[in-house]
Amino acid sequence: MRRFAPLLAALACLAAAFAVASTVGETAAASPQDAGKVVFFSNQLATVNETNQVRSTLLKGFDGDVDFITPPVGQPQVFFNRVEAEAKAGRGTISLLGALHGDYLVIQKYLRDLTPVANQLKKAGIPKDLMTLGKLGTKRQLYIPWMQATYIMVANRKALPYLPKGANVNALTYAQLLRWAKNISEKTGQKRVAFPAGTNGLIPRFFEGYLVPSFSGGVVTTFRSNGAVNGWKYMRSIWRYIHPQSLSYNFMQDPLQSGEVWVAWDHVARLVNALKSKPNDYVAFPAPKGPKGRGYMPVLAGLAVPKTAPNASGGQALIRWMMGKATQARTLGSVGFFPVVGARYSKQLGQGLLKMNAAVTKAQRSKDALKSLLPIGLGAEGGNFNRVYTDTFVRIVVRGENIQKVLNDEATQLQAIMDKTGAPCWAPDPSSHGRPCKVK
Amino acid sequence: MATVAQPVTIGRRLRRWEGLPYALILPTVAYLGLFFAWPMVQAFGLAFRVNNDWTLAPFRTMVHDTNFRPALTFTLLLVVVIVPLQFVLALVMALIANSKLHGRGVFLAIFILPLAISDLAAGLVWQAILTERGYLNTFLTKVGILDHEYIWLDPTKPRNLVIAVVVAELWRSTAFVMVIFLAGLQGIPQEYTEAAEVFGAGFFQRVRQIILPMLKPSIQVALLFRIIFAFEAFAVIIAITGRAKTTLATEAWRWQAEYFDSHVAAAYSALILVLSLVAAGIVIFLFRTPKAQMMR
Repeated sequence: MRRFAPLLAALACLAAAFAVASTVGETAAASPQDAGKVVFFSNQLATVNETNQVRSTLLKGFDGDVDFITPPVGQPQVFFNRVEAEAKAGRGTISLLGALHGDYLVIQKYLRDLTPVANQLKKAGIPKDLMTLGKLGTKRQLYIPWMQATYIMVANRKALPYLPKGANVNALTYAQLLRWAKNISEKTGQKRVAFPAGTNGLIPRFFEGYLVPSFSGGVVTTFRSNGAVNGWKYMRSIWRYIHPQSLSYNFMQDPLQSGEVWVAWDHVARLVNALKSKPNDYVAFPAPKGPKGRGYMPVLAGLAVPKTAPNASGGQALIRWMMGKATQARTLGSVGFFPVVGARYSKQLGQGLLKMNAAVTKAQRSKDALKSLLPIGLGAEGGNFNRVYTDTFVRIVVRGENIQKVLNDEATQLQAIMDKTGAPCWAPDPSSHGRPCKVK
Repeated sequence: MATVAQPVTIGRRLRRWEGLPYALILPTVAYLGLFFAWPMVQAFGLAFRVNNDWTLAPFRTMVHDTNFRPALTFTLLLVVVIVPLQFVLALVMALIANSKLHGRGVFLAIFILPLAISDLAAGLVWQAILTERGYLNTFLTKVGILDHEYIWLDPTKPRNLVIAVVVAELWRSTAFVMVIFLAGLQGIPQEYTEAAEVFGAGFFQRVRQIILPMLKPSIQVALLFRIIFAFEAFAVIIAITGRAKTTLATEAWRWQAEYFDSHVAAAYSALILVLSLVAAGIVIFLFRTPKAQMMR
């Protein structure tokens, strides 16, 4: 028996540990308002910094036990796979979903009607057109608009003296941007304008939402039009004055803060650190305007409750929490995503964020604004769609191939994607009435 | 004197059973087969089968992809440039670590240090050093060698990028080859080198005519491993060059993780497999050591 004493002692400790662990797992609902355990599965705010902010800042104070989980970065398909799997199994673990408008179009049939929550949020001041988007074309409120983002430009004040004469930084044209880049390059000897063209950079969105629409008026239908050719000619000419390391920049806030770059275009969440750390050093402004307008790409994220949610009331309580003015303000302050609720933002947010917000509002409200939505209905082919634009960029701008030939080649690929997914055209392309979008 | 007859117990019968070694490795083989060989066969099959039809479409897509040729040439360039350089460097490092030099233990520790970090971390370290506002430029401008920052990682000067990647890879993975050489060196009986010294052989003669031939099996092993890893080079290139340079492994990853096309990704992987096998075959042939020459 003495020989087995150490073994028995170890087993006893293990048993005790299990017992303790299992009691810690049970969250006793202390008060009737306690929302209980809510598993919040979101493909937004999924980078390491952002998830930390969500857990430490945004969810703090919520009466309930929230498990904030995200699909692995770089594997967006995991989000759809999991939602579909739970729906097909009939039982789920997720009580709240966070995703983009286009993502909800894919999983529409698995979502619960949130009209009661919408009624409770009537006083929050969420714009009516956003709430309508949340109905996904039906009469049911399938998601509640949560937060929005877009892409803007940020410049270090050091770059402002090099602006061409007569240029207003809040209403630039692409020609003025080119002139600005040229001035900086010629007068300082360094190229200080850059784009996030790295492996994980969002430059495909620049082409899809800003360059091609501003020059051609469309995204898919005008892919190989004369306007598009002019847009790519422009890109080739400005590239001579763009920082060579752009091909490795993923988040523009890093080179902005190190001083390698003075003028950058990127997603607001990838610029926010620069503006928060030294707000007086930077200005934020809308992207430039082209012959067909000032193209910009709004990104709308929403909150939804799956039909198989084990704790639907907890999920809805969490929606009301995330839509509260305080949480929305903290969302802007921590992760750089803009609120959807109407509010005047407190000076406590800091100059940097207030500047960003002003730039976003200017972009949305300018008279020449040309809204280009994120691709809708592409599902798993979204990556291939970006590939068409990235390959076009690499072939035309980096390798110097013939523009019309490249556009014709890539147009075949683009049409194949449209035909494979059957995706109809989206703004700014004219409606294709449900038929697959066609490249003219 | 006759030996005492020993009772034939079960234990003895088992030990004499010829199939015992095979039975003992059966669990490992089963594990490897289930978790490595079978998925590998399936992945290879992904490159040839789309929706239950045998087809070469993934390969055609791969070959016509705009990044295929740059990826292939850059991967081959890296293998051809890095491996020989590493060998010379590793041999020198191993000789130093194996010598009677004062402080060779310190050298060994410094040489081995890069093995402890992942290749992505190594890539990020070198990116932080070589970027325009990085450590190298800061040092050079402070000391006065440069009057303004030089863009080392300039994609319009591809040679710069290749050199940067080669330097980072040499720093990161030469220790691996050195360790194999060191083990081989320590297996060479000292009598040979001492005898050669007595007969008047200089240092380089000893290296060329005694150490290198006796190191042949180690060189073969190290070359085999190093070439296979070189074909899979991935994280360092992405960290340092971003989109400017691509390799076969990078494209395989991109097709799977961004474009969700497992078939083309499998085609790239199959290509890497075939190239590695061909290179491995060449190495094994060139460096075959007849049994007589093996150190026993």
